Amino acid sequence: MLLTITTTREPATDLGFLLHKHPDRVQRFTQSYGTAHVFYPEAVPERCTAALLLEVDPQELLRTRKPGSGAADFSLAQYVNDRPYAASSLFAVALGDVFRTALRGRSQARPDLAAQPLPLRLSLPAVPCRGGPDQARRLFEPLGWAVDAKPVALDPGLPDWGDSRYIGLTLTGEVRVADALSHLYVLLPVLDGTKHYWVGPDEIDKLLRAGESWLPGHPERTWITRRYLARRGRLVRTAISRLSELDDLSAADPADSADTAAVATEPGEEEPPPVESAAAGQGGADAGAGAGTGGEAGEYEPSLAARRAGAVLSVLKAEGARSVLDLGCGSGKLLERLLADPAFERIAGADVSAATLEHALRRLRHDRLPERDQRRLEVFTASALYGDPRFRGYDAAVLMEVIEHIDPPRLPAAAQVVFGDTAPRTVVVTTPNAEYNARYEWLPEDSFRHTDHRFEWTRAEFRAWAEGVAAAYGYRVRYLPVGPEDPHCGASTQMGVFTR
Amino acid sequence: MSAFDPTDPAAPPAADPGPGPADARAAGPGDSGGTGADSGGRVLSVPEMGLVVLIGVSGSGKSTFAARHFRPTQVVSSDFCRGLVSDDENDQSATGDAFELLHHIVGTRLRRGLLTVVDATNVQQRARAELVRIAKKHDVIATAIVLDVSESVARERNASRPDRDFGRHVIPRQHRELRRGVGKLNKEGFRRVHVLDGPAEIDSATVALERGWSDKRHLTGPFDIVGDVHGCRAELEELLSSLGYAIARDDQGRAVGAHHPEGRTAVFVGDLVDRGPDTPGVLRLVMGMVGADDALCVAGNHEDKLVRALKGRKAQARHGLAETLEQLGAESEEFRARVRAFCDGLLSHYVLDEGRLVVAHAGLKEEYHGRASGRVRSFALYGETTGETDEFGLPVRLPWAREYRGSAAVVYGHVPTPEPEWINNTICLDTGCVFGGRLTALRYPERELTAVAARRVHYEPVRPFPASGGGDGERSGASGDGRGAALIGIGDVLPDGPVGRIQTGFGTVSVPRENALAALEVMSRFAVDPRWLLYLPPTMPPAPTAADPGVLERPDEAFGSYLDQGIGRVICQEKHMGSRAVAVVCRDSAAAERRFVPGAEGAVFTRTGRAFFPDPQVEAAVLAELRAGITAAGLWERFGTDWIAFDGEMLPWSAKAEGLIREQYASVGAAARAALPAARQVLEAAAERGLDVADLAERTERRDRDIEAFSAVYRGYAWPTDGAAGLRYAPFQVLAAEGREFSAEDHLWHMGVAESLAEHCPMVLVTRHRTVDTTDPEATAAAAAWWRDLVAEGGEGMVVKPVGGPRATGARGLAQPGLKVRGPEYLRIIYGPDYLAPDRLATLRDRRLGRKRRMALNEHRLGLEALARHASGEPLWRVHQPVFGVLALESEAVDPRL
Repeated sequence: MLLTITTTREPATDLGFLLHKHPDRVQRFTQSYGTAHVFYPEAVPERCTAALLLEVDPQELLRTRKPGSGAADFSLAQYVNDRPYAASSLFAVALGDVFRTALRGRSQARPDLAAQPLPLRLSLPAVPCRGGPDQARRLFEPLGWAVDAKPVALDPGLPDWGDSRYIGLTLTGEVRVADALSHLYVLLPVLDGTKHYWVGPDEIDKLLRAGESWLPGHPERTWITRRYLARRGRLVRTAISRLSELDDLSAADPADSADTAAVATEPGEEEPPPVESAAAGQGGADAGAGAGTGGEAGEYEPSLAARRAGAVLSVLKAEGARSVLDLGCGSGKLLERLLADPAFERIAGADVSAATLEHALRRLRHDRLPERDQRRLEVFTASALYGDPRFRGYDAAVLMEVIEHIDPPRLPAAAQVVFGDTAPRTVVVTTPNAEYNARYEWLPEDSFRHTDHRFEWTRAEFRAWAEGVAAAYGYRVRYLPVGPEDPHCGASTQMGVFTR
Repeated sequence: MSAFDPTDPAAPPAADPGPGPADARAAGPGDSGGTGADSGGRVLSVPEMGLVVLIGVSGSGKSTFAARHFRPTQVVSSDFCRGLVSDDENDQSATGDAFELLHHIVGTRLRRGLLTVVDATNVQQRARAELVRIAKKHDVIATAIVLDVSESVARERNASRPDRDFGRHVIPRQHRELRRGVGKLNKEGFRRVHVLDGPAEIDSATVALERGWSDKRHLTGPFDIVGDVHGCRAELEELLSSLGYAIARDDQGRAVGAHHPEGRTAVFVGDLVDRGPDTPGVLRLVMGMVGADDALCVAGNHEDKLVRALKGRKAQARHGLAETLEQLGAESEEFRARVRAFCDGLLSHYVLDEGRLVVAHAGLKEEYHGRASGRVRSFALYGETTGETDEFGLPVRLPWAREYRGSAAVVYGHVPTPEPEWINNTICLDTGCVFGGRLTALRYPERELTAVAARRVHYEPVRPFPASGGGDGERSGASGDGRGAALIGIGDVLPDGPVGRIQTGFGTVSVPRENALAALEVMSRFAVDPRWLLYLPPTMPPAPTAADPGVLERPDEAFGSYLDQGIGRVICQEKHMGSRAVAVVCRDSAAAERRFVPGAEGAVFTRTGRAFFPDPQVEAAVLAELRAGITAAGLWERFGTDWIAFDGEMLPWSAKAEGLIREQYASVGAAARAALPAARQVLEAAAERGLDVADLAERTERRDRDIEAFSAVYRGYAWPTDGAAGLRYAPFQVLAAEGREFSAEDHLWHMGVAESLAEHCPMVLVTRHRTVDTTDPEATAAAAAWWRDLVAEGGEGMVVKPVGGPRATGARGLAQPGLKVRGPEYLRIIYGPDYLAPDRLATLRDRRLGRKRRMALNEHRLGLEALARHASGEPLWRVHQPVFGVLALESEAVDPRL
């Protein structure tokens, strides 16, 4: 809610010309969600400070919010939130509006001053920054700022609860005023992580325009872009490739493609490493949100998902399956591969999330598929825990990276539904091999590849389960390694092929 | 009336006249009725559920006949269908489509068990064959009624109708076709054929609807249903005696009948014969009972085989048939004839007690109840198998019981099982007496099992008994702890159409499909095993917005709301600020295994059905404390149970909601505490410079004060816990125990149980409460003061409930189970730290409660229904349905601040 900008370059009151705000006036700017005030707590030739104070009207905030946008993890967050107090994305919008001309580096009265770096000190008492002081330093230091970032205690009444996600941030350095403002304009929403309004394509233009002069060279460029665009996969890819061009890189730059894949990954799939908690997308009201790792993309195999789908496909063909049920089809990556192969005459995708299925249909461009393919493919909402006659009549069922999302006490029910009631000739099950996790440096010890995983099994654990199921329901089972293999840990993914 | 293209060139040449109408007339047993007293005409018996095909040339009077004897909706005519698809009843080009429609309507009606009459010429065998096929497909009997008029009569009638202008050759050809087919109608698959000869007989005939043979709905028992006897006469006599039957004996001392002094009826599930030591003795007793209306008996597969053997047909003398034949060999020829007639006359199944009970030897799926066809009989006698065999060479049976969703209880035998167990309202009573197990009877409607032990192993089973059970006919090994959960099918929770309807004791509750889809995801991904979920609590609306403009909620409106409904006595309960928790506490793992989930001793779950404690050890520790308290308080004995389920609040709030408090509430406080003082500082400096920031400074100061009040709220609901240590549980409703649920008890009773538990269990927290007479202003004022004290000391507020308990009703039926009245300070964490600012409050007071109240009431209906179903031992899917419904309704978007 508060930013102070201080300069000591004499005459310091020239700051007023650069900001286009008179030091002796108190100015009000009506925003759609409240009122921004600009005034100068000090204005003497040696030292001048401008303050931007934003008063947020929670009622207005609600009115401007479109349904379906914003953080869905806690609906009361619409009514009780930090927007009135923290230097959030909302604040950045006010900044961009109030100091629009200054942001462009224009000053008719002091054009030279606007073009040159000045000794500046920017102070923000409450900046949401989950990554802590280090994160702030990583973002602002490359831009020439000395960063003083202090964590804010969570609550003096709950002393054991540690620090909050806010930092008090003071930046000092010799920077052009326009650049200083654009740094905040772009990076405050990045630190905040939650955009207050829906991200549309014009957001890319805003971002690129504001960060034109410094973003392409910033070492955290891709992370910034992704955060700014609130993880909107498709948009991010466009933005990243356009940024790469600005940076004279080809869009297929390997360093970037890794990140592209990261963003395109759906919740419900485990790799690559979650850049931050994916729990928000899981729709749980009282889900314990895992803390973001904030880490950079480490070593992982970008084509693992594709290799897994390929391996499943090969097995299905080897088993002579002509009709396939993909249980837990997610965004439809396997469905896509199955559709592409005319050997599969009937394909069904089932998922427990109606939203995910809609996404899958969009991804597959279902409405534009040739009629023949539309007839081959059927998609429906279903659960592996509820007996379902629609599952019947397929040669093979696939549970690709599904069982690890089921609570262990409910696995027997899933087995009963798939192997007992549905009982196709072939069942293909893939699941992460926990032993291989040691090879993923980005993965903290004793943690799973995805926050929604309820377990990850060693090869022995998977076999124990598979043998039990096979014996109970009259299947034979064989095991195949999928993905990169390690002599000690085995393959990244383990696959069981059940036949009867 | 012209059914087929009259210009059809495929009309075959005239055939021989074939058997005359008289032969056909003799075919149906219905004709024995002779003539009706009123009309003096013939009485045609027609099954009340089945297909009637009228056969006659154009102009023979079929439509008139149909209209006279059947309801308009029962008659489907080809002309009508032709009109529907072409706007012209005589458009012959539409005939194909018209019949497709006709067949569809016929099929749909038959599937729904409705008597259906087809009004078309049906003179061609091809046309009839399709109708017979449809009747068979729905396992109903097809009856043919032939209206035979002379060509001249038909021609005359058609001539008087201008729309019947087809060629002169049509009637003679139809007549020829009719003549050719009429004698073979039985062979075509018509079980009854009535031929009416000429207008006089047609006009005087009447139709008598006849019940299906298996339809004994008018017999309401009480019944004692006896499992597979297999020649174990001694055990049968012992069982009947223990059930209270007086056994009648002949002069040789042989049991020849048994009568129950209270008029109970025994029902035998079949397989009286084979394997055991005295098949003739069993038959003598049962035939006597059936003959004296003391018993009913359905056919088992062993009777079926025996009949074939007795008729001299080929039958392998395996599975104990040899013993039977040998034993019968020692009997008289007359006895053997009686046995043959008796077994031959046994029906596949009976539908009893107004349709609430079905008895069939190998069970029967719902579509087959009351139906008659070869495959119904085959299913009832032999069951449905996959065609595969297990490791003992026995057929693998399809798990029909697991998918059974009918409301009729199905009682059967056939598959030896160690312990009879209700599965989806079905139960197998074959406890392998002949293999050394027991002979079991089910007392109905009491649903009590009685059994006598086998005197010895009379016959060695192929598959070891009773080691491998599979009572519901599953393949061995497929059972185990997954079975119960898998008993629920998608159709039980997800409606086909846009809205599902759940019947409850307080009316029907609609659940939109999209809400059910949301619940499906949550239930699948996060909920505990559905066998624990006997209940999910409903949401609770706040009291109507206070008339006092300075607050949002206060007690007066809650009292007024109940008073308006004619509820004069309410209870005010302190509202604990924690997290809702349903606790199912089992006395031991045996109780959990029997009633819930094996390998556990209870469960604590949230209002959305998730495990309350992610760490199973903490859950176990909590359950252990509650269990010890229940034991010490003597509640096991008091309720005669080995498990109890409570609804209550688990404290502190921070135990479950630490992440939420941290992220959502304390963070807001932190940001504000960092930002507001800094803002005040710069505003002070600006003011010192003479700038006019007085208003802004004042608002900022007020925010600073509000944020402190805001933080004080959540701080009060947070205290450290370590595992189960530090947790408190405040139960406010005893939900259920074995065989009963307590929603009919009043709230003082529930509070009393909670208090006696609290005396013996340090974890349990009592709920302060007081009853209030809403018609007494002094009492309501005192209660309001009590509420003010509660909230002044940091409490969330209180809940006002009808004192009569969860089932309390008011002027508008089932009453809201509770209204919450939250304190003004507490509401800061709901409506925002500064919601009490007058301009803010004015806006916030405009809130819509109707939706929330409707949701709450519907969820309450579902919750009560779930408890009732669970208490009466209904199958899992029946309990899960309303529970799932609660979750589905909860997914509805409603103002979260209410």
